[in-house]
Amino acid sequence: MYDCIVVGGGHAGIEACHIAAKMGKNTLLVTANFKNVGDMPCNPSIGGTAKGIIVREIDALGGLMGHIADISQIQIKMLNNSKGPAVRSLRAQADKITYPKMMQETLKETKNLTIKETMIEDLIVEDNKTRGVITSTGEKIYSKTVILTTGTYLKGNILIGSENTPSGPHGEARSNYLSDKLKEYGLKIIRLKTGTPQRIKKDSIDFSVLQREDGDNHYWTFSFDYEPSYKIEDQVPCYLVYTNENTHQIIRDNLEKSAMYGGFATGVGPRYCPSIEDKIVRFADKPRHQLFLEPESLYYDDYYLQGFSTSMPRDVQEKMVHSLHGLENAVITKYAYAIEYDAIDPLQIKPSLENKVLENLFTAGQINGTSGYEEAAGQGIIAGINAVLKIDGKDPLILKRSDAYIGVLIDDLVTKGTIEPYRMLTSRAEFRLILRHDNADLRLREYAYKIGAINESQYQKLINKKQKINGLIKYLKENHISKNNETIKIFTKFNKNIPTANISYYDLLKRPEITLEFISQLIPLDYSEEIKEQVEIMVKYEGYINKAYKEVEKLEKLEEKEIPEDIDYNKVHNLASEARQKLSIVRPKTIAQASRISGVNPVDISVLSIYLKKEYNNE
Amino acid sequence: MNDTICAISTSIGIGAISIVRITGPEAIEIVEKIFSGKLSDKETHTIHYGHIVDNDQVIDECLVMLMRKPKTYTTEDTVEINCHGGISTTEKILELLINNGARLAEPGEFTKRAFLNGRINLLEAESVNDLIIAKTDAARTLAINNVDGILTNKIRNIREKIVKILSNIEVNIDYPEYTDELEVTHELLDKYLVDISKELDNLVSGAKNGRIIKNGVNVAIIGKPNVGKSSILNHLLDEEKAIVTNIPGTTRDIVEGTITLNGVALNFIDTAGIRATDDIVEKIGVDKSKSVANSADIIIYVLNNNEEISPEELEIMGNLDSEKLIVFVNKSDLEQKINLGNISREIILGNTVTDNGLDKLLIAIKDKLKLDSIVNKDMSYLSNVRGITLVNKANEALKNAYNSLKNNMPVDVIEIDLKSAWEYLGEIIGDSYEDELVDNIFSNFCLGK
Repeated sequence: MYDCIVVGGGHAGIEACHIAAKMGKNTLLVTANFKNVGDMPCNPSIGGTAKGIIVREIDALGGLMGHIADISQIQIKMLNNSKGPAVRSLRAQADKITYPKMMQETLKETKNLTIKETMIEDLIVEDNKTRGVITSTGEKIYSKTVILTTGTYLKGNILIGSENTPSGPHGEARSNYLSDKLKEYGLKIIRLKTGTPQRIKKDSIDFSVLQREDGDNHYWTFSFDYEPSYKIEDQVPCYLVYTNENTHQIIRDNLEKSAMYGGFATGVGPRYCPSIEDKIVRFADKPRHQLFLEPESLYYDDYYLQGFSTSMPRDVQEKMVHSLHGLENAVITKYAYAIEYDAIDPLQIKPSLENKVLENLFTAGQINGTSGYEEAAGQGIIAGINAVLKIDGKDPLILKRSDAYIGVLIDDLVTKGTIEPYRMLTSRAEFRLILRHDNADLRLREYAYKIGAINESQYQKLINKKQKINGLIKYLKENHISKNNETIKIFTKFNKNIPTANISYYDLLKRPEITLEFISQLIPLDYSEEIKEQVEIMVKYEGYINKAYKEVEKLEKLEEKEIPEDIDYNKVHNLASEARQKLSIVRPKTIAQASRISGVNPVDISVLSIYLKKEYNNE
Repeated sequence: MNDTICAISTSIGIGAISIVRITGPEAIEIVEKIFSGKLSDKETHTIHYGHIVDNDQVIDECLVMLMRKPKTYTTEDTVEINCHGGISTTEKILELLINNGARLAEPGEFTKRAFLNGRINLLEAESVNDLIIAKTDAARTLAINNVDGILTNKIRNIREKIVKILSNIEVNIDYPEYTDELEVTHELLDKYLVDISKELDNLVSGAKNGRIIKNGVNVAIIGKPNVGKSSILNHLLDEEKAIVTNIPGTTRDIVEGTITLNGVALNFIDTAGIRATDDIVEKIGVDKSKSVANSADIIIYVLNNNEEISPEELEIMGNLDSEKLIVFVNKSDLEQKINLGNISREIILGNTVTDNGLDKLLIAIKDKLKLDSIVNKDMSYLSNVRGITLVNKANEALKNAYNSLKNNMPVDVIEIDLKSAWEYLGEIIGDSYEDELVDNIFSNFCLGK
């Protein structure tokens, strides 16, 4: 009997089984095909806006994605580097051969982890408690907890034009029965759709007419524990491509042939990642749309045509691709397709990612209605951690919205639900000034250490970092500039205003035009870049950060206003019927959570608050 | 809140007709019990003639207005009984309704229901309250405009502008690689912020006017004994045929009487509760006159033409806010003993015996308050304290955003304050949730509506 069985070896499953095993639990990973574990069936990149911060958070929590992305990336960039520190986020082009290979090797070497190749078609359920899984051959495997991370494999259907092929990605076998079984056990199943664009053969692209996009001239890593292991000059470029009026005309002429517009698809696709036909229809007045050509791997020649996802038939796709400047003679090695799949309505999931209906069952990734490798992995690690904590009879790890993007992600899912694949966006996080790329370890490693997800030396590193940060702040506060000819010369040389008083370096740093780099001209600063960056952000944005923490406090007060579990929303008069329905389904734990449910308006919250005051203060 | 409530909707004891209103699930049923005609089979929004009866005894002849949900003020079934005025009849009808199952409405409960049922938003609910207690026609127009949502629309428009910028900034953040999208730069943001700030400034200055229209202005008449303060007050009140009663004003001061000037109420206050016969100047002195200046919007300082001015008086006058101060030299019909050259303020000379100069006094008040420009505008002013506080907060947040911009903070940091401004404005019209807000607001509602 296993402690934990993880079904599915995608990005969610990997983090889930790895962390459970790392935390000492006897874990089984079940996958249809081990050589596909860690695959990147869609874009060849890890990170991106907000997503890059999730990867940092996964790393802070003891997960794998960050480090494996680091050692398999062929180009890396800090997005929004010219903007504020809160919105900076890493994005890497990950090699599609190296990434899964490194993942598979890591999992093979992970202690307490067993790997088994088979399909799961049912769960062992007794009294709404999950006791294990049943394979397609009827074998029963028992466990204390089960984590489903099945991605798009639940009744996956691949759509190209009017063609509809039952299949997982890569033409892998799909799971035909598991979602029906889940339905039988009382879960609500929703159908979602996502898509992936064409792959283009490298030597058929005319790169000479395309705008080149290089990686950064600076070393970056997702991981907090390892140094960069690449060379800046070895990075591989991406390229910019634009659609034109001709492309748009081809699409408009063939609209009824696309799976989406021809009515061949039933799933709901994501708004933020629309197919090209969606973009043409919805933004009809835009003269062109931006596309990107991204290298998939150093070991084969495919380029990924980001932004051109479509469900048009192959012949139309040929015309569309050839209408693009630079791709007139392009050879399509893989056609774009849409994929529909079953997911469970995330409103049935607790903030711990355990199922509300079936005890001991956890879910993570696309099965919960999300999209993206990072979103999946972020849930995977939380599901793994909470499965372990559940086995040990401990309280689950529930990250708050002010703790992590992962906290925002899960709270959004279980509170608001979703009708389209959910993607993380910076704008979903109200406390993004706190949820930064640079401080993910400071935010999360205490939690991780407490539950045993990171080791002693990683924790010591955190303690050291904190001490150095405090040390530098103290040093800047205690030392004051002395205005002598020497310092005045330096101020003048760098074209900075000379302070009228002998202020501390701390106060000096608060000035918009002053950086620690400049201050290092005045006094020795024997600190690493990492520490200096952290201190500079903390000092320069102190006012804003404090304000954000005040907002957090306000929210936490609302989070303290608990809604009794036995509340009968039918007895709360004057609730709008939509609000009543939503509240009854979500059953929020607090007033704060209730106020975030879509369809629950401020008026409903007032009504609910008044009701709670009347009903429960009288007791 | 699923019971049926009733109240007398018109002022008690005044007017030829009174209206008793009842709303709630049993409204129609209850009225039917005391009405000579049948209602339950009638169309909605119809008027029916009949009698109110109590055990076969006719109480009054009346018209009954039948309004079925949801197109009613509260969105619940509502009946209005138009009966003949007079306290005893109206109260008898109310009593009958209560005896038949209705409950006497709490202050503001009709409006509270309208709000809780989603019929009106917070701002509108507050405006209804303003409407009920409006003192002047201008105040009434102001309240009606708010009920109609003119102000709500103004605020919504500003919010829309802000949210457009916010979403553009968010797009820039979340999709930095899409260089075709318009980038919100510091230069653009500078333009936007100045533009929005102007609109908010208008709301704020409008708010000042709104408050003047809603509450009127407080006018204090001060001066030494026997300079003629009381007769000036009596003349002003008498001339405008005002109601002279001792009613509590909006401040802790006692209002001696109210007149309407250009549609704005002038509340003559007996400063700090001290009767006019007492001598504020001698008794309280320089320090206290400052606090008088704070509580009044206009100070009429009265001097005696027939008397030398004392150095103390000159000092007191010198300490008063010249924005508020009007110096009236009374008793111009007597021999001039005062040395007007000593007074560095603009003065009005007059007397109450031949009624001279008092019209100039009123004109001076009008000018000081800029009443002409206030009341001629579109009258969609923000007038309640909560709304004004929030607009001020929004304005402050916007100024913070502007400061951040000038300090060269990144756009996404500037955006933080811009977002708070947007949220504050949302709070005014109830689009965002603030804990305990509703209870606070509804405890301020008066009876009837």
